[in-house]
Amino acid sequence: MVHPYAVVGLFLAIALVIGVVPIALAWLLSPKKLNPRKTQVYESGNPTFGEAWIEYKPQYYLYGLAYVVFGVEVALLFPWALAYDQLALFAVVEAVIFLLILGLGLAYVWRKGWLAWM
Amino acid sequence: MDVVLRTLLGALGMALVPLVAVVFLIWESRKVIARMQDRLGPTNAGTYAGPFALFQTVADGIKILTKELIIPQGADRGVFIAAPIVVVTVAIAVWAVIPLGPSGLQVVDLDVGAFYVVAISSLAPFSMIMAGWSSRNKYAEVGAFRAVSQIIGYEIPQVLSLLVPVLLSGSLRLQQIIQAQSVPFGAVVPLAALTYFLASVAELGRLPFELAEADSEIVAGYFTEYSGMMFGAFYLADFINNFTASIVFSVLFLGGWRGPWVDQVPLLGTFWLLLKAFMVFNVLVLFWAAMPRLRIDQVLAFNWKFLAPLSIATLIVTALVDKMLTAMAVEPWARSAGLLVANLLLGVAALVFLSIVGRRFTRRDTLRRPGLPTGLPDSDAA
Repeated sequence: MVHPYAVVGLFLAIALVIGVVPIALAWLLSPKKLNPRKTQVYESGNPTFGEAWIEYKPQYYLYGLAYVVFGVEVALLFPWALAYDQLALFAVVEAVIFLLILGLGLAYVWRKGWLAWM
Repeated sequence: MDVVLRTLLGALGMALVPLVAVVFLIWESRKVIARMQDRLGPTNAGTYAGPFALFQTVADGIKILTKELIIPQGADRGVFIAAPIVVVTVAIAVWAVIPLGPSGLQVVDLDVGAFYVVAISSLAPFSMIMAGWSSRNKYAEVGAFRAVSQIIGYEIPQVLSLLVPVLLSGSLRLQQIIQAQSVPFGAVVPLAALTYFLASVAELGRLPFELAEADSEIVAGYFTEYSGMMFGAFYLADFINNFTASIVFSVLFLGGWRGPWVDQVPLLGTFWLLLKAFMVFNVLVLFWAAMPRLRIDQVLAFNWKFLAPLSIATLIVTALVDKMLTAMAVEPWARSAGLLVANLLLGVAALVFLSIVGRRFTRRDTLRRPGLPTGLPDSDAA
């Protein structure tokens, strides 16, 4: 009997090989005739203007931050859902309160205006 | 030694299933979309590519191998090359736990199968931000930001509605989730199935949520700078992810491999599962052909202000109603019916809420822009 996670590890290795092989093969087969015009960063045909690595709209960051809160709390619900059959009504109500706190957090973020597109 | 060899061969075979399936599915979706647009799609007009140009994808794959791989100036080379490898690896890795049949046709029935699917598929944004940021291209960067904020946001309703089948079957093992579905969960908790489906359409970046590669706005989004097989890797991974999502949806909500006569002929289960997944996949393809694209703020608002609260409500209602019905010790069919009624009521409530809020927003929008013809004389404005 092989340990299940060893099999998963093996599968990940196979997946990595499947990811690498086509690109390695293409690198062997493809022509390599680069010139500065070809490697120019694409900007709809115009010469590249300015720098792409700049400070960017903070809105995306706020959404990311909101996700971090929810993502962790949602991960904590997995054990509860798994043990649901054995739980008494009291434990289920407790989890519901936990979910309502999650909803409250969402309402707070909403009220603060983080979800508005600026 | 024999066991190790068998495991290795099994894993290798399972890893090749999505690749083979995708060759057919790319051809099929191109044909369907072409028909929707009054075209023929791939044909044998140029060179022979099998009956109905069935092997057009193979020909395209061979061609793309001989295309030059261009790395733009100033790009972060290591990350730029790693991104397409990561995207394919992640797309294939999910298949370690996919149950293709009643027994044996699965690499490993992991005790945290459903969690594994979520965990692996949430690695996808990494490859997108790697590709977008390392390209040093403005379009790519905008695409990557959009992709990441959209995908991580929609993970919340996806995981919350995934918890509903887990809760009803009491297991994270995908085989046990299938065995618990004497009635498919899609018919017991349709609202959870719908939120899960919408969230996974958004996760896949399929239309109407195709913001990350919006080709009329930002060229091709995060993979704008990729050429040759590196571009091919993103294209391939996109289709694999679509197919995987269809299979996972079929497993969680449509009863997986369950169907008539599976007890007599176990191999028939694979056929039922692939048929269900194929139908779900085709819904995605029809979305692709028929839907307009939303704006990024609309997509994010739809998730955070509607889908996430709705999935929280669905989970709460399902848990409480199920516990109460179990406490009353009703028959299994009455339990399913009770959950169905609760789900439908919640769905109707959500739709009523949406229409009220929507009407208010529409009115405010027309009031703010007095230049627009409103149709009706507005007493407030006068």
